Amino acid sequence: MPDQPTPMLQARGVTKYFPGTIALDDVDIDLFGGEVHALLGENGAGKSTLIKCLTGAYRRDEGTITLEGEPVSPASTAESLSLGIGTVYQEVNLLPNLTVAENLFLGRQPTRFGMLSRKKMVNLARKTLAEFGLDIDPAEPLTSYSVAVRQVVAIARAAEMSGKVLILDEPTASLDREEVQLLFSVIRKLRDRGLAIIFITHFLDQVFEISDRATVLRNGQNVGMRRLAEVTQKDIVTLMLGRQLEERIHVRSGGTAGELLVSADTLSKRGMIEPFSLDIHKSEVVGLAGLLGSGRTETANLLFGAVQSDHGDVKVKGKKIRLSNPRDAISHGFALCPEDRKTEGIVGELSVRDNIILALQARQGWSRPLSRSKINEIAEHYVEALDIRLASLDMPIRLLSGGNQQKALLARWLATDPDFLILDEPTRGIDVGAHSEIISLIEDLRDKGMALLVASSEMEELVAYSTRVIVLKDREQACELTGDDITTANIVHAITDETLERPSNART
Amino acid sequence: MPGPNSSVLKRILPQLVILGVVLLLNFIVFPDFFRIEFKNGRLFGSLIDVLNRGAPTALLCVGMTLVIATKGIDLSVGAVMAIAGATAASLVVEGHGWFTALLGALAVGGLCGLWNGVLVAVIRIQPIVATLVLMVAGRGIAQLITEGTILTFNNEGLVRLGAGTVAGIPTPIVIWVALGALATFVIRRTALGLLIEAIGVNETSSRLTGINSRVILICVYVMSGLCAALAGVIVAADIKGADANNAGLWLELDAILAVVIGGNSLLGGRFSIVASLLGALIIQSVNSVILLSGMPPEFNLVIKALLILAILVIQSPKIGHLVYMFRAASGGRNIASPTRPAASPLVPNKDK
Ligand SMILES: Nc1ncnc2c1ncn2[C@@H]1O[C@H](COP(=O)(O)OP(=O)(O)OP(=O)(O)O)[C@@H](O)[C@H]1O
Ligand SMILES: [Mg+2]
Repeated sequence: MPDQPTPMLQARGVTKYFPGTIALDDVDIDLFGGEVHALLGENGAGKSTLIKCLTGAYRRDEGTITLEGEPVSPASTAESLSLGIGTVYQEVNLLPNLTVAENLFLGRQPTRFGMLSRKKMVNLARKTLAEFGLDIDPAEPLTSYSVAVRQVVAIARAAEMSGKVLILDEPTASLDREEVQLLFSVIRKLRDRGLAIIFITHFLDQVFEISDRATVLRNGQNVGMRRLAEVTQKDIVTLMLGRQLEERIHVRSGGTAGELLVSADTLSKRGMIEPFSLDIHKSEVVGLAGLLGSGRTETANLLFGAVQSDHGDVKVKGKKIRLSNPRDAISHGFALCPEDRKTEGIVGELSVRDNIILALQARQGWSRPLSRSKINEIAEHYVEALDIRLASLDMPIRLLSGGNQQKALLARWLATDPDFLILDEPTRGIDVGAHSEIISLIEDLRDKGMALLVASSEMEELVAYSTRVIVLKDREQACELTGDDITTANIVHAITDETLERPSNART
Repeated sequence: MPGPNSSVLKRILPQLVILGVVLLLNFIVFPDFFRIEFKNGRLFGSLIDVLNRGAPTALLCVGMTLVIATKGIDLSVGAVMAIAGATAASLVVEGHGWFTALLGALAVGGLCGLWNGVLVAVIRIQPIVATLVLMVAGRGIAQLITEGTILTFNNEGLVRLGAGTVAGIPTPIVIWVALGALATFVIRRTALGLLIEAIGVNETSSRLTGINSRVILICVYVMSGLCAALAGVIVAADIKGADANNAGLWLELDAILAVVIGGNSLLGGRFSIVASLLGALIIQSVNSVILLSGMPPEFNLVIKALLILAILVIQSPKIGHLVYMFRAASGGRNIASPTRPAASPLVPNKDK
């Protein structure tokens, strides 16, 4: 436990410079075998950078690392893996075209698996994934599964391969409660086996549930280590922000719906989502709740034309519209902030500035470029409004921290001033401070007359801003909650209750 | 978006330096290299030759830069040159004027580009395979047009496109400089550059952002076809004949190389047409060095390959990084070997 004499992993004076920023400034951290150590901090505080320096994904500029008392200096992730340090990075790095099983066992000792038949490998994969509560076909390519499933596969892979240290960078960002619980049970098992585990997250409840100690970073500096048994959430938040977070208790404020804006009529896509009908009014937020794979993302994609429906139609203000691709949707004032920001959101090599104005520019067409001053005005406005932390607007967006990328994508769509905004997991990877700001933003947009559809696995959040909540189950609308019925308990109940009757028509 | 002038200069600085060095090599093997004379109303000199002979590659690389920026590649440009040259030649042989011949060649080139574009953007065949089809079939098509012979012609207007002058400057130079300038201008004064780059970096995101990637991809391949057609006409005009077998042979590789020497990533994204044009000039200057040095011709390709390899190696950031690491590592070992344990960091820690 934490008071063992030699730490499993110890880092001293880790420093990392990037052009225009000091991402890490003389950071120390101690990890002991058999502990879960939370690494906390705001978006851009340097958490991901720290673990990348520890595992050799980045070269650190200064500092020393010891593993069980021996100095080590992994120069690559492969090397750190061979030392027994397994990592799941924030942006999951798997090979989407290979099967789940191949991804799981890729790069392992050939003596262990070289002789194994494909069938055995698939069976083994199935067994491993079952430990994580995942019941999928490992022979399918990874692309056929959602981000969350990929996340679990990545975790399973790292957990299988790490012997001493397991590092998880926001592993629960796209998981539902049950998956989180399953993950935690695996983490506990590994911890009891004596592994040192670093756990990065923005969910403080989870931190207190699973971790023994927490190290907090602020602006690249280690501002303190706390035993979680001895502190409260509030202490931790104050330490993270360097100030008290204003108590902004989110009183449920569903708002009152205005006139009908968008209605979907028995929209469906075989194999993805069963026919659903949905009316969305101005000035309302329709929340989409449901487990992983329940069809939240599919619903969003279908309404945005990102996926072609094979049945049903969509009307805007009573008029049927063509919705064969996102451009059609955008021309009717739709916007969709996607779940998978890395592959469907950011345009990594382009600057933050270009990324923010991209949707607006695409809508204007190539022949009418936004003026340079207009571009700067928009970009600067949103960087300030959403508090996006960056060294410069010219830096490629992929270099922003995960939470800041998320904010930049939100900015991209807000810049188009949409009538109907679809948000798929809008607070994924967003820190505590920014989280409540984004909730307020959603409420503001709603009160200004925007229609919003928000898919989220965070129920408290849905309860806070939704006018109505639609619960999806098995790719179908299971029920709809309105008014005072919208509570976390009711949503959980609707998700888990097998016997719940399905209304034949989910319309209000 | 156009950066301020200083950043444009910074972007093309490596190409300028390399070009300078290769030109200097030319000067060393042939001291009269920089001499330019004005005779019979035309500029003469080795430097002018480089600019003139480089025209086909320069024209091709304008379109190729755009294609590569979308993460594509166009292998068919050499064959399209042959088709376009054959079209122009057969039109003038049939008695049409040079302008009609030029338009006809451009139309055919555009059509070839459209074919590639549709294969890539609509049918979703990988660019390298999609354009391979026309690369292979193209010369056959050109042969059908020329009916298997070298189709010679004597139309003065057409010949002037390859061998004439405008204000004393050989026409091909004027054409490629004008086209390069026009393309740069259009792309940077509209949002086209940004949209092309976005598609090249992440097509899924771009499509979800509302960019009409299909149309833009098609346009880019059409542009490449048009550039190839222009190059084909110039080459045919220069030799007063359309040679279906040899016109533009292997030139697609020079064009790709020019784009790469121009520092544009084959993975798409940020691009610079000016840098690619400098790349084309670098290749032509390398050709010129070999020619002027009087080396036996059988060495030409080997030397060219070595020179180009050297240029690419010098430019590669990985290599720069490796050299740096190697120096730091060996330096570190020399100092530390007696005392420090083997696990001492090989990675230099002081590059702030
Ligand atoms: N390769 C890079 N080049 C330049 N700056 C970088 C690079 N990587 C990270 N940064 C900057 O370093 C800072 C720390 O980023 P990091 O990703 O470590 O934050 P984080 O704490 O993980 O945040 P989040 O909670 O949003 O994931 C950010 O300001 C980021 O913009
Ligand atoms: Mg991070």
